[in-house]
Amino acid sequence: MKFTKLIVASSIIASSLVTQVSIAADTIKVGVLHSLSGTMAISETTLKDTVLMMIEEQNKKGGVLGKMLEPVVVDPASNWPLFAEKTRELLAKDKVDVIFGCWTSVSRKSALPVLEELNGLLFYPVQYEGEESSKNVFYTGAAPNQQAIPAVDYLMNDIGATRWVLAGTDYVYPRTTNKILEAYLLAKGVKAEDIMINYTPFGHSDWQGIVSDIKKFGSQGKKTAVVSTINGDANIPFYKELGNQGISAEDIPVVAFSVGEEELSGFDTKPLVGHLAAWNYFQSVESESNDAFIAQWKKYIGDDKRVTNDPMEATYIGFEMWVKAVEKAGTTDVDAVEQAMIGVAVPNLTGGTAVMNANHHLSKPVLIGEIQEDGQFEVVWETPDTVIGDAWSDFLPSSKNLVSDWTAPVSCGNFDVKTAKCSGQNF
Amino acid sequence: MHRIFLLMLLLVISAQSDALQTDIDVEANSELRALVNQLPNTKLRKMAPLLEKISQTKQPQTRNLLQFMLDGELYFLKSNKQVVRAQVAENKLYQLTDVLTQQSLTDVKKSKLSKIKTNNKLRSSLRSVIAKIDLTDANKQIRLKAVQQLLSSPSKESAAIITELINHEKDQDVKTLMSTTLSLQQLKAGKFEQKIEALEQLSGSLEPTVKNEVVRLLANLPEKELTTQQQTLKDALSHTLDEIENSASFYSAVETVFFGLSLGSVLLLAAIGLAITFGVMGVINMAHGEMIMLGAYTTYVIQLAFPSIIEYSLLIAIPAAFLVSGSVGILIERGVIRFLKGRPLETLLATFGISLILQQLVRTIFSPLNRQVISPEWMSGSWQINPIFSLTFNRLYIILFSIFVFISLLMILKKTSLGLHVRAVSQNRDMARALSIKSDWVDAITFGLGSGIAGVAGVVLSQLTNVGPNLGQAYIIDSFLVVVFGGVGNLWGTLVAAMSLGLTNKFLEPLTGSVLANIIVLVGLVLFIQKRPKGLFPQKGRSAD
Repeated sequence: MKFTKLIVASSIIASSLVTQVSIAADTIKVGVLHSLSGTMAISETTLKDTVLMMIEEQNKKGGVLGKMLEPVVVDPASNWPLFAEKTRELLAKDKVDVIFGCWTSVSRKSALPVLEELNGLLFYPVQYEGEESSKNVFYTGAAPNQQAIPAVDYLMNDIGATRWVLAGTDYVYPRTTNKILEAYLLAKGVKAEDIMINYTPFGHSDWQGIVSDIKKFGSQGKKTAVVSTINGDANIPFYKELGNQGISAEDIPVVAFSVGEEELSGFDTKPLVGHLAAWNYFQSVESESNDAFIAQWKKYIGDDKRVTNDPMEATYIGFEMWVKAVEKAGTTDVDAVEQAMIGVAVPNLTGGTAVMNANHHLSKPVLIGEIQEDGQFEVVWETPDTVIGDAWSDFLPSSKNLVSDWTAPVSCGNFDVKTAKCSGQNF
Repeated sequence: MHRIFLLMLLLVISAQSDALQTDIDVEANSELRALVNQLPNTKLRKMAPLLEKISQTKQPQTRNLLQFMLDGELYFLKSNKQVVRAQVAENKLYQLTDVLTQQSLTDVKKSKLSKIKTNNKLRSSLRSVIAKIDLTDANKQIRLKAVQQLLSSPSKESAAIITELINHEKDQDVKTLMSTTLSLQQLKAGKFEQKIEALEQLSGSLEPTVKNEVVRLLANLPEKELTTQQQTLKDALSHTLDEIENSASFYSAVETVFFGLSLGSVLLLAAIGLAITFGVMGVINMAHGEMIMLGAYTTYVIQLAFPSIIEYSLLIAIPAAFLVSGSVGILIERGVIRFLKGRPLETLLATFGISLILQQLVRTIFSPLNRQVISPEWMSGSWQINPIFSLTFNRLYIILFSIFVFISLLMILKKTSLGLHVRAVSQNRDMARALSIKSDWVDAITFGLGSGIAGVAGVVLSQLTNVGPNLGQAYIIDSFLVVVFGGVGNLWGTLVAAMSLGLTNKFLEPLTGSVLANIIVLVGLVLFIQKRPKGLFPQKGRSAD
């Protein structure tokens, strides 16, 4: 009796093993490299869920090339060196065909050498400081010319700002962005004494002195605007202090590049109303595809209060593009997909079309929104057309001659147009 | 007979004039209606002139209409482009009223409506349009605000309106501000004599617009070869500018002192609980920051439980947070620390473990995201002392509150029998026990007291910073710094240390930036501790060793 049981049991195990192997052979593996623990988990968990939702949706449609998609989720735990290790694990051990992941620039920079060494493919969905174009990465978030520069243009032309405060947290993204913005403002004829630059540590909470300085700087008869690259938690005490010292959005508007729907949910948004944010997508944009996406997201996550945000749209666009490129190439081979990706166009969620350009950056519309009491944004300005992402800023002396073009015959991430040489250093 | 005839004539005439009046009303009203109907089709850039026209109609509804627009309540129906005021009603519906007739319309869903958009620039021009209407308001405060609004963006038209009104103005404050506005306009556009006269009038005024105008006029004067008139004007201008800048630098110094004291009082509140547990009992409590965090979360829970009394929530939260953090503190003391007496390293590790457990507990119960704690009305805004100097209410209350906490704690230690026991145990445990003081009981109560005060600090911090699981981490290092710098076991030392750290930081910040200011303060402290390892006010006598 025992013996038969054993046979039955082992045969069940064996058959399940066989089926698993047969499934594995028929699936396309999609790596998800987002922190699920640690400080970045708040932001990145949402993107992991977005990718899983997209995969589920695609599988309902019959997968890609007749194969089902299989997600492989790893947790780099907000630990930058671990991003490199997990990338290696995904590419070498799990043999994934594509990776969706990373949030901070430092995590992307950490994964980059591994991606280039093992010839992987990464879709990076967050706005960043630019100055990079790798053959193995597609940047579906905004480059500085798709977020920071148009926002400054808006403040300059529509609000009439002539004095500028560039306030940021002390790390790579704000420092590079502010360097680009400062060069841009000087080129536009703004005097050096009309620009104030200020850096604060991560999680800064005592803003009274700085806000008082901004107030004094802004009460000299010229319209003043604040361009904020202040990161994460530090924003709320900053806006609170602005409100308490009686500075309204009408006196000194603040435009932020890191404050989105997700960051605002669960905060008392009263002191923030009227201040601005620049993104390529807002949940409040009215379009059929956006309504469908929001409904799908709320249903998938099972919570009616959850919001959508810009990096989610970037993930959505990246995923749709990858599916299209794989179908176009007829294979998941990285080199073939990389070439097929260039020129792929998919509808974005704001009613336009996103196109992947030869420099691995997207064409995106730029929207400026004002914060509302309900934590949503109301679009007050948008670019008439989509803007092509610029990998290398034209306003920095070190990169103004560089262009990126991954199509033949250039096939180079940083081609110097003056010397007609490719240095091969893509970041 | 004649009389009756006259009466009838009068009646007819008055009826006619009434009719005439309503005719004009109807005409102006239809003009307003026509203008309002243009709103949905007007682009943001062309909105300002349209609003000016609307305000020119001078209808009773005009002000309300503009106010609705300013408040973002003006929508139009997508179907027929009717302009309505929409307010959120129940069941995700919007309650509509016609903007001109005030008639209620049927509630509709958001998707049927489209908002009449405004932006910051438009809102500020809306404000000045409304201010011009408000100048004749019956309420003094509203008039005062209106003049202030007009002063911040002076123009010829507003000066003309004010000139008409100033002689009828009865309130002194409003009148003074009005004459400042007029003098400013005179300074801006008047002839030489008028400018000199205006400068005399404006002397002592700290309004930023006055200073800007003076700076602008100075910059417009030629550098060399001035005529006598220009020279006189230049002297007068520079004199006024000097006066303004002198008082500005005085107020700016006062402001920095205030900022320093307010940072100091936050440090004091965070550290004073530790001054008791670490200073008096000698326990290195790494979970002190988490006691602060628990206090902040208590505030959140109180606001969640009683959403109708947000204004008083802080007053309830202070004793509640004291009890919550205090009892957790007693639990920790009874459960862990008393078994580790006299083993500081083990205590340090154990309390560090407790701090991690508490953080994770909060993450599990409340989620890792920051929680929203609302500031009551009386904690927001600022006390405007003059146009360039104001004190924010929240900081002001916190300074007062921290002094109150400090004094009460001092009283408890100095005047009560509990305080006597605490001091006795901390100075010589064996002798105290020999005198029949229950040292175990005193330890527990003291630890509870220190933790409870930390909880109260959490209530205060919930008004200044984000309430999240990491809240305590941000303050634990500062707290230890203050206690060590002030001298262990000395409450006065803690006070002096907290205030001097706060002031140093705030005086350095404008010079070096906040990142470097923190570093300089830390380096300074390290050097100081090298020289005086026992802090500012070391305990004296044999018992100290």
